[in-house]
Parts: sequence; structure tokens; C-alpha cells
Amino acid sequence: MNTLFDKIWDSHVVNRIEDGPVQLYIDRLYCHEVTSPQAFDGLRERGIKCLRPEKIFCMPDHNTPTHDQDKPIEDPVGRKQVDALTRNTAEFGLTHFPMMDRRNGIIHVVGPERGLSLPGMTIVCGDSHTSTHGAVGAVAFGIGTSEVEMVMASQCILQQKPKSMRISIEGKLGKGVTAKDVALYIMKMITTSGGTGYFIEYAGQVIRDMSMEGRMTLCNLSIEMGARGGFIAPDETTFNYLKGREYAPKGEEWDRAVEYWKTLRSGDDAVFDREITYRGEDIEPMITYGTNPGMGMAITGSIPEGCPQKALDYMGFEEGQKLLGHKVDYVFLGACTNGRIEDFRAFASIARGRHKAENVTAWLVPGSWMVKQQIEDEGLDKVLAEAGFEIRQPGCSACLAMNDDKIPAGKYSVSTSNRNFEGRQGPGSRTMLASPLTAAAAAVTGVVTDPRTLMD
Amino acid sequence: MKQKFDIIESSCIPLPLENVDTDQIIPARFLKATTKDEKFFGDNLFCDWRYNPDGSPKDFVMNDPSYSGCILVAGRNFGSGSSREHAAWAIAGAGFKVVISSFFADIHKNNELNNFVLPVTVSEGFLAELFASIDADHGTRVRVDVPNQTVTNLATGSSEHFELNAYKKYCLMNALDDIDYLLGTKDRIEEYENSRRI
Repeated sequence: MNTLFDKIWDSHVVNRIEDGPVQLYIDRLYCHEVTSPQAFDGLRERGIKCLRPEKIFCMPDHNTPTHDQDKPIEDPVGRKQVDALTRNTAEFGLTHFPMMDRRNGIIHVVGPERGLSLPGMTIVCGDSHTSTHGAVGAVAFGIGTSEVEMVMASQCILQQKPKSMRISIEGKLGKGVTAKDVALYIMKMITTSGGTGYFIEYAGQVIRDMSMEGRMTLCNLSIEMGARGGFIAPDETTFNYLKGREYAPKGEEWDRAVEYWKTLRSGDDAVFDREITYRGEDIEPMITYGTNPGMGMAITGSIPEGCPQKALDYMGFEEGQKLLGHKVDYVFLGACTNGRIEDFRAFASIARGRHKAENVTAWLVPGSWMVKQQIEDEGLDKVLAEAGFEIRQPGCSACLAMNDDKIPAGKYSVSTSNRNFEGRQGPGSRTMLASPLTAAAAAVTGVVTDPRTLMD
Repeated sequence: MKQKFDIIESSCIPLPLENVDTDQIIPARFLKATTKDEKFFGDNLFCDWRYNPDGSPKDFVMNDPSYSGCILVAGRNFGSGSSREHAAWAIAGAGFKVVISSFFADIHKNNELNNFVLPVTVSEGFLAELFASIDADHGTRVRVDVPNQTVTNLATGSSEHFELNAYKKYCLMNALDDIDYLLGTKDRIEEYENSRRI
């Protein structure tokens, strides 16, 4: 009771159905091309329009190629899906950031960076990583396509209220340990179903010290813990990040908003259904060895006992094996998990003055055109080019390989994305999830490497 | 799609694996469709476990003719990962009406319900016994009684109550979906919007 989650959720309840779900008002619906076309079809079949079109923002990201975006998409099926979003948004009068628009990018990178995702909001999208937007202090969660249609039709959704969990990370993070490592550590501890049925509030000194980009990485991975979403109470870091962004309130409205946002915190007497505390000092750079993100370990560790044989067979690993020194074929930096400016700064900090290993194919994919512009403004593109890396054009890319960026069968990739499921990055692909620092260390050495050994 | 649920009795397809994620249920390359073609999604359910790259069948339970039925029985944490509703369309498209597991991922569970596939959560003990029954006799039948919210392993007679809120039960038994309900609440939505401070 009296948690921040309760406050935001309860203030959005339109109606309670007896012995059933609540009708929850939604402030922001994001749509991408993959999970929306059938929802638009549904509206047409029912002969209805979007109730609040001004609250809906759409952009293609899953199918977009990461090169030559000014040309038509070569894959005719992917092109058809992207074109369908263009047609649907025009027909229903929705805001659309098409490919090549300077505002386009991965929807979960674009939302916060445009100031569309704000504290205290309820935010949904037909995409499980909608949890990312929780970083600004919003209740944000992924939904299915039928639910997308519900929100389009009524700006509401029917949901059971999840339980509340608080995960506190106290102390400090050590050298080379990032938000990604914190998330992989939590998943290792609570497993990929440990958060099911819950919404997670992240708290503690490590979270307070974390940048907005880091918070987005952590909240993004809430779904991999099984939780519907995760969020962080807004603070000065949040306000400084949002101020001046395109859709954020301006002038007096901004002042009023901040005043309200400052009230968005769990009460001192808040009662959570579950509370967990970890120490930042106990977390090392992490890497996964299996086929779900909970199958992770400290990068210096050995594959523990009890990993399902099916996962080991798929990955070509054995129990007790160390991954340090294991050959790497691909490196992927990007995705809604780690495709922000801070991630490129981290990668470049290791790549600077070194060179890409010959055996590695590296895909560096910014999360949005805005991130790509920042990379260029900061000169990171030159640092990376000198080290043999090319910056591609923004999109979801190899995270789920719906475009051409597929890891070939049997090849090993160190990826900063969110899922190491069988076939996720292409049929037969073998994914090891890690932070941008660890990805960079693998990219310059050609093998799994502890990034701390390459840091000053 | 929309269909009225009452009592379902069927043999089962067993999938005794834990953490079956939606990328396995329907791989991302099948998400490019712009229509809800259930046959297409159903044909590609568990595609990479079911077929070799050349399309020939693999040694997988759905390719074994000794198994049949409209009930899928799966290990705990079924449907984790991506929110793709295509996974629920694939399950429905392949002819399943019920999925039995000891634990479902949240988003996928809602997606099944919204597509008139009933997720039935049972205890670990019931699930283990059911897998054993099916292993011993591939034709083992299960009865799912929606009005009474009970699930029964007809081989052993074991029966359990399962959770289903009254609202969803009413929807399933009357073939109504959430949008039908929400469209009837426009006045309440406007009232709520007018009452908001910020």
C-alpha cells in the first residue's frame, strides 16, 4: 500500500469491474509496424475510429534496414508492413515518425528522448520492452495486439492490478559494472519468472546514482525478469533529462509539472508484496551462457551446475566451462536495451586507440537518428571509424533479426540486446548477452574478455 | 476466434519443457504478416522445433500421430518473453482451445484469453501427474469444465479448481471480448478525463 505504483495506477482507474479487472486509462499509446496492423483491421471491422488520436504515436522500427534507409526496403514482406503503418496512421489521423524522419528510431528510445514519456503517465505499446519508459517514473508495460485495439478504441485497457515488488541496490558499482550488469545479476538471482505478476520499483543508492540511460536499460529488462514493468521514482536526474525535450511541458506548465512529479514517490510507510536488496559491490560484469537471460554469470565465472542440457547443447557449451577467451564471431551494439548515447560512449572508450579483431563482424546500431546525431556531434563516429567500426542506421536490427541483420547458424555473438532465446538473432544463432563495455572488449580482442582488463 | 466456452474434453499434446518463450512459439520472421491469418500462424507454430530448414518434419511431438487433441500441456513459465500476440494466434490457429501449465507469463496469458484460448494454471503435482499419464497413454483425456472451473485428468481422476475471474468467465462463456465491453463505457471515460488534475 501507498507505493508509487499504487499512486499512479489508482489515479488512472476509470472503473472497477466486480470480481474482474479494472478499466485503466492510458496516457500514451505507442505503435510500431509489427503489432499494430491487425488492431487497425479490428477498428475497421467494427467501423470505429481512435477515441483519442492525439495520444497515440507511431513509428516503424522492427523491419527497418540499418543501411540505405532512403531507398525502398528490399524485403517485400517487411516493406508491406512498414507501408501498412504509413497508410493506417494517415487513415486514423495519428502522429507518425516514418523512416528517415529525424525523429524516427526504436520506439523505446524515441519516447523518452522526445519527451513523450513523462513521470506519472500510464504508457503502453504492443511490445514487451515498453517497460523501458518506467525509467522516467511512469507505469509502462507491454500489451498484445487485441489490447492495442482496446486502447485505440477507448484509450483504456482492462487489466488486473499486478502486485508490487521493490528491488533496492545499495552501495556502489565497481569499475566496469553497468546498468546492464545490474539487470543480468538480478535475473540470475530471481530467474526469468521471479518477477511474474509484479511491477518492480527500483530503488537504492546505485539507482539514485544511475544516469537516465542506465535507468532505461534496467527498466527495459524488467520484462526479462518476468515482471510486466519496472520503474524508478522521478528525481532531479529525471527532470534534468526531460527539460527542453520536444514534447515535454514548457514554461509555467513545466514548473507545475515538476511540482507534481516531485510528489511521485513511495511513502515511507509503503508496503510492498515483496522486497529484495542487493549490494552493488557484489555485482561484476556479467555474461549469459544459456538460452534465457536468467542464465548469466560473472564474466570471470564458470557455467554452473544445473543448466538444462538443451540450452548447453544449443550454445555448444559444457557445464563448468569458462567463457573468458571463447571465440566471438559477431558483436552487436544497439537495441532498446543499449542503443543510447551512453552505450556508444562506453563502447568507444574501449575501442579508442585499439582495432576491431579480424574475426569479428561488428554491428553498431544507434537506437535513433537523434542518438546517431549525438554520436557524430561528440566525434565518436571518428574514434570508432579509426578503430575499424562503422555506425549503421537506426532500428531494432539484430536484436530480433526481422531485417537483414541476422547472426548465422552456429555463430557466437556478444550482444547488448535483451534476449538470448534460441534463434532470436537468426535461426541457430548463439547469443551471449552483455554490456556495451563487454561487447567492445570482445570486439577488439575477438574473444570473450573482461572489460576491466582494458580499462585505465 | 470468438467462441462460447463450456465443457471441453480432449486428448492432449504434451510439451514438457520449462520457459517456452514466444520466440519459440512463433519466431520473429513470421511476424511480418499484416493480417490475422490464423492458418498461417498455426502452420508455423513451434516452427523451428517442428521442421528442418528444408521443411521436412523433425522429431517433435506435433509430428507424432499418436498425439492429438485441442489441449496443449506445457511446462512452467509458458509464453515468456516477447508480447507478440502472434503466439496466441498461432496456438489458436493450430486448433488449441486450452493450454495447461503450472505457470504462465503475464502478457501471453492475457493474449490467449483475448483470443479465446483458455490458459489453465494447475499445481506442479497435477502437471507432473498429467505428463506421466500422457507418457503412459498418449490418448489420455482431460476435461476442462469452465462453468465449474475444474480441470480433470480422466486417466487418474485427479481434479483441480483453476482460477478465472468472473468477468472473463462471463466473456468466454458468452463469446464477448473486452472491446465490446469498453465501447459501452464512453461516458465514464469522458467523465474520468474531465475530472483529471493534470
